[in-house]
Amino acid sequence: MSVFDGLKFRKVYSPIHNLDPRIKFVYVCAIFVVAIIFWELLPLIILFVIQIPFVLLAGVKRQWLRSMRGAALLATIIFLTNFIATFIGAGYTVTARNLENAIAMTLRFIVLVESFSIFFLTTSPDHLGLALEQTHIPYEFCFAFTTAVRFVPVLAEEAQTIMDAQKARGLELERGNFLKRIRNYIPILIPLIVSAIRRSLELAEAMESRAWGATKKRTNLYVLKMHRGDSVLVAITIGILATAIYVYLFFKVPSLNELIGSLF
Amino acid sequence: MIVVEDVYFTYPNSVEALKGVSLTIRNGEFVAIMGQNGAGKTTLVKHFNGLLKPTKGKVLVDEVETTKVSVATLSRNVGFVFQNPDHQLFSETVEDEIAFALRNFRFKESIIKRRVTWALNLLGLTQYRKTSPFMLSGGERKRVALASVLAWNPKILILDEPTIGQDYQQKEKLRQFILQMKTQKKTTIIVTHDVEFVAECSPRVLLMQNGRIIADGEARKILTEPEILRQASIVPPQVAQIFLQLADLEIPRNVIDVYEAREKLLNMLERRGK
Repeated sequence: MSVFDGLKFRKVYSPIHNLDPRIKFVYVCAIFVVAIIFWELLPLIILFVIQIPFVLLAGVKRQWLRSMRGAALLATIIFLTNFIATFIGAGYTVTARNLENAIAMTLRFIVLVESFSIFFLTTSPDHLGLALEQTHIPYEFCFAFTTAVRFVPVLAEEAQTIMDAQKARGLELERGNFLKRIRNYIPILIPLIVSAIRRSLELAEAMESRAWGATKKRTNLYVLKMHRGDSVLVAITIGILATAIYVYLFFKVPSLNELIGSLF
Repeated sequence: MIVVEDVYFTYPNSVEALKGVSLTIRNGEFVAIMGQNGAGKTTLVKHFNGLLKPTKGKVLVDEVETTKVSVATLSRNVGFVFQNPDHQLFSETVEDEIAFALRNFRFKESIIKRRVTWALNLLGLTQYRKTSPFMLSGGERKRVALASVLAWNPKILILDEPTIGQDYQQKEKLRQFILQMKTQKKTTIIVTHDVEFVAECSPRVLLMQNGRIIADGEARKILTEPEILRQASIVPPQVAQIFLQLADLEIPRNVIDVYEAREKLLNMLERRGK
């Protein structure tokens, strides 16, 4: 659950929290693209480092560290699979280059988690819905999205209750071999799915009885406006993208061990 | 027998739900736990089958400490019916649903068949034997959930809000059943807001407020104390309310039973007539 903890929004005020979620999202996408186009370790290290000021500025260091820790297991798996694959591919020898590649792949994943974690930690679900709405996505979709986000903790709690109820009927989740253990979860998954569907139908009826969708043109109490901070972030984003594309097109990015080798 | 010794419980989100609860429930007792929402009623009963373990203090069920054994082991003796049946129904037929726990407890197939039939019959569900539990009405689903626990005949039965969504006839059946449990020296513990149901059953009542037990005693004593009840956000049963209003007429106050009330009122009228 710790990975999700690192994505859970808490209401605090900071320059990052106040930024327009649309711009923040564009920024996250830019980081995403840059992380994908580079295969070398050096630019990925830079990408990782330039995001740390955001974390510090937003004051979410603790939650962010927790999400990083949550990603550690998956990162280890990514590292091992890459390393083992290249190890076999290179004829069962460890080369500095292979090692660097494996680390780069892992770091790419960590950079993605890092940027998404910053985004979700500093953007309230309401703001996110508002952002979607004001980018002219149909209200139905925005509503469905924000409702889904909002119901995650509710469902988690419900799963716990269902688990308790089935344990009280003698269900032992940790019993049996691997396949049996998966089957043990059927008595938990079915009630969870059924009750989620039931809940959504009830929600739909309740909303319709409160005149949902009565007016075609909705207005909002809060309207997202661009502030100075947002312009700064736009500038940063464009800067990162432009630099990345320029470097990508006109430079051969040196690998770290070549760089170290040329120094000595 | 359930012994609770100075139990404190704090949820992971640091909500302190129990603050020093001590009590003893003897075999064959019928106990109703009442109190406002969030008083800690469900938290307390979840300690009785080990779903929750005390943060401080001890819970002993038949002299076994709940921290020492698994929930499944404890459940063999402690049946727990949850408030919302939708949190446990998952089988294709009502029959399978009731057999689920019996299979978990490794009953023989022949015995399972017999016990399922018995439970279906007890709760008037025989005609739904092959029906999907999801096709039933809310009240019926609730009875399936109850049947699925009664089927293994636990020594201690815990019912969380058993009367919600049940019509009068079903409530009466439930009452009869609980009385039957009592004669078999079995313990029944209910968590409820249904004052009238409690008044009719007249169990031992535990009133909870803010993680503590604020009153413990016979129903007729506790449900006629408006001061204590107010602390727990409970209104006295209607019969008790009438008798409280009529206090000037020199009739006893602690009446919660309709038949007893009739007797007392007739007596009084007779005395006045003379």
